[in-house]
Amino acid sequence: MMKSSILLLMALLAFCLAGTAGAASPEFEAAIRGLTDPDRDVLIASVQALGELGDAAALPALQALQDDAMLISPEGRPLIVAADGAAVDALTGQPFTGDTGGLDAPSMSNQVRRVLEPVLAQLALSSPDPAVRRRSAEALLASADPDMAPAIEKALHKETDAGVIRRLSLALALINLDSADKERKISAIQALGDSGEQDQLAKLLPLAAPAPGGGFAEPDPDIRRAAVAAVGKLERKAAFVRAGRDLFYGVSLGSVMLLAALGLAITFGLMGVINMAHGEMIMLGAYSTYVVQEIFSRHLPGLADWYLPFALPLAFLVPCAVGVLLERAIIRHLYGRPLETLLATWGISLGLIQTVRLIFGAQNVEVRNPSWLSGGFEPTTGLILTYNRIAIIAFAALVVGIVWYLLQRTPLGLKVRAVTQSRSIASAMGIFTNKVDMWTFGLGSGIAGLGGLALTQVGNVNPELGQGYIVDSFMVVVLGGVGKLAGTVAGALSLGIVNKILEPFAGAVLGKIILLAVIVLFIQKRPQGIFAMKGRMVES
Amino acid sequence: MKSRLILCILLLGLMFSTIAHAADTIKVGILHSLSGTMAISETSLKDVALMTIDEINAKGGVLGKKLEPVVVDPASNWPLFAEKARELLVKDKVAAVFGCWTSVSRKSVLPVFEELNGLLFYPVQYEGQELSKNVFYTGAAPNQQAIPAVEYLMGKEGGSAKRFVLLGTDYVYPRTTNKILRAFLIKQGIPESDIMEQYTPFGHSDYQTIVSDIKKFAVGKRTAIISTINGDSNVPFYKELANQGVKAQDIPCVAFSVGEEELRGIDTKPLVGHLAAWNYFMSVKNPTNAEFIKSWKEYVKKNNLPGGDKRVTNDPMEATYIGMHMWAQAVAKAGTTDVDKVIDAMAGQEFKAPCGYVITMDKENHHLHKPVMIGEVKGDGQFSIVWQTKAPIRAEPWSPYIPK
Repeated sequence: MMKSSILLLMALLAFCLAGTAGAASPEFEAAIRGLTDPDRDVLIASVQALGELGDAAALPALQALQDDAMLISPEGRPLIVAADGAAVDALTGQPFTGDTGGLDAPSMSNQVRRVLEPVLAQLALSSPDPAVRRRSAEALLASADPDMAPAIEKALHKETDAGVIRRLSLALALINLDSADKERKISAIQALGDSGEQDQLAKLLPLAAPAPGGGFAEPDPDIRRAAVAAVGKLERKAAFVRAGRDLFYGVSLGSVMLLAALGLAITFGLMGVINMAHGEMIMLGAYSTYVVQEIFSRHLPGLADWYLPFALPLAFLVPCAVGVLLERAIIRHLYGRPLETLLATWGISLGLIQTVRLIFGAQNVEVRNPSWLSGGFEPTTGLILTYNRIAIIAFAALVVGIVWYLLQRTPLGLKVRAVTQSRSIASAMGIFTNKVDMWTFGLGSGIAGLGGLALTQVGNVNPELGQGYIVDSFMVVVLGGVGKLAGTVAGALSLGIVNKILEPFAGAVLGKIILLAVIVLFIQKRPQGIFAMKGRMVES
Repeated sequence: MKSRLILCILLLGLMFSTIAHAADTIKVGILHSLSGTMAISETSLKDVALMTIDEINAKGGVLGKKLEPVVVDPASNWPLFAEKARELLVKDKVAAVFGCWTSVSRKSVLPVFEELNGLLFYPVQYEGQELSKNVFYTGAAPNQQAIPAVEYLMGKEGGSAKRFVLLGTDYVYPRTTNKILRAFLIKQGIPESDIMEQYTPFGHSDYQTIVSDIKKFAVGKRTAIISTINGDSNVPFYKELANQGVKAQDIPCVAFSVGEEELRGIDTKPLVGHLAAWNYFMSVKNPTNAEFIKSWKEYVKKNNLPGGDKRVTNDPMEATYIGMHMWAQAVAKAGTTDVDKVIDAMAGQEFKAPCGYVITMDKENHHLHKPVMIGEVKGDGQFSIVWQTKAPIRAEPWSPYIPK
């Protein structure tokens, strides 16, 4: 503690001298060196000192600190590590020649990060790059502090980028919200109301709402009126955002269910095989993706971020091959005997799980989100559309399209549909129903594998991966109507959306129970599902 | 006729050999799921238990006899836990059992151990509110993990949180822990309206709505998430946190069931700064831990275990290691494996543990005195320790914050 206050004092002194001292003043150097101090208090004081010095030369070092790209050389000097692993001295800029492998990193913690972020933001505000300034304005908005008002005002005068201006004026409005000046306060309230930022609702509500003890917390009626109007505006926006959010989350959950269920819609829906090993086909697809990722990161590190498209064929072919093998070896002997099929496929599923567990171990394996699938974008404040979810929605649409094309526009699809409608007549027409069964089962398993590839981006990859999806998959197929692709799509999407609408009210556990109860009632009323199979179906 | 005679002789020989075999070993039961949902976490505990047995045997065993492990697989099936426990005690006549992970499995075997007067060492942090004469709890009680973690979050270092999200999987451990934490928070002056409590089913994988609700809830006051989410759901939860831009310095999330082993399946870059509270981290720097990690790595390599050089150590593994060594010491002290005498000998046992302290078994309450550590997730899947107690603290199995 003692040490840190001394350092702080030094920093203050440095601040007074900053005008006269050059870029590499001893205070600056001391503060940069302080970043490597094992005592976290000294580290924090050094960051603060750099902020008070206001020298943009500190930016690379501070940025490296934030990105965990700083190491401490054996002599105790701070090193900045570039993305390619090359390290340079933070003060002299000289390349570091030793091995960076065993070096210590600065003693970072959330406490340091909380101090670091506004300092970085303040320094970055003078950056020539508008994107950097925008990020820094964002950070200032999150930690609006009255002390920063003059700096923000000064930056606003010089600013030309609209995005930065919007964020900075919002930050200023937030600061002015506590202002004693009535005019300032009202215009701040209006600015916040116009901003559409949901986050600001909590700040405005106390100004608009009656106090708990009767009367109003805000004595001035003009201010109150402005606040009520602003709150109204924000709340209308909030309702809109909520609807958009439920829809997007619902569609994205529905797409996950759809990808998981689509393979089953073929094996169970079209062929009538109660395939308990369906989940394991998903799991095999996921593990194939993992294997491809490992091969890429080992042999083609340059392309490691693009392993996913290359994993597609393998994620389809491996489960497809396993599916064909199973159909030939076991399932075809059990057609028309649902109970035995159920038990046999369940046994297969246990066998597959244990096999994978023996090969890869029981623990989760790590499938990384490629950088182009991480993060998300915010079309309007409060609604974040994450890239991986968007990709899954698009991928689900693509897979549905492929399956639809295969079933409706190819000779194989024609045969599959013929066998589904009437096995004996199809056979009489010269179709080898036997072979068609094999390929259909393979196709269903392969599609399940593609679902597994998508699921690696949102969940765990472990041997039991498939178990979690089997119930949902059957639910989707049965709800949608057995034997209909459109039914599966409708079933998955409606389940997803209803689930997401229920979740905020009922919670995740109760929401799921309500949903199950609704499905049971629905199936009671309409056993054929949403979409019924038309025409002469063979009841088998 | 002749063949039957040979068979008889063979059988007789076999019997003698097992008797002779039984006479110079002490059997130890290992009751961890090697298949099913809990295999993820429990397999490592079986491995470390076998390693510890090897270690004790290499030093000459206990009472001049070698330890002989009897490994059974209760397959993450709670009633099967009870069955297998009975089998170990009655058929194999083991001197002690090391096992269980989830509280529900412990609750399921408890009557068996009490009825047959067996001895169970339970190595996982749990919700407390239980104390059996036949069980030694080598994991943390709530006051050795949950309460200090919340105090840390409320302190300046942890970000002075004023609002709390209690998020868990829907079963006995999170429910009870959150009941204790809620009572504790209210006692600390946090109003009910600043506590959000949410549960998700086992294996839940869609955290979009919950994370977005948390973001909304966090507006206006410093907020922290206390997660008792069980192993499997953690990956989707953390992925969603990262994708929706929740940063640890704004809304830190402290987890009680996430350790090095769980992080092995996650890309930890987006999680940097989120917290976990345990009594041991693999990154603890001291000679005992270095030794522990070294023998673990060697054991993994020697036995060619899956995962290879990526295998890590974690808190429940350390607890298993401590428990088994303490039991061996107690048997040596008692001079017998008789359960009642070993229980008496356990009181006050000491062991120099990898966490860097000499750990003591409490004289009365069957729990260990343990240090509490809080670690932040690093980019490489390890933890950097940001806070720890000065000395081991005594367990309070019965929380003072909720009525018994």
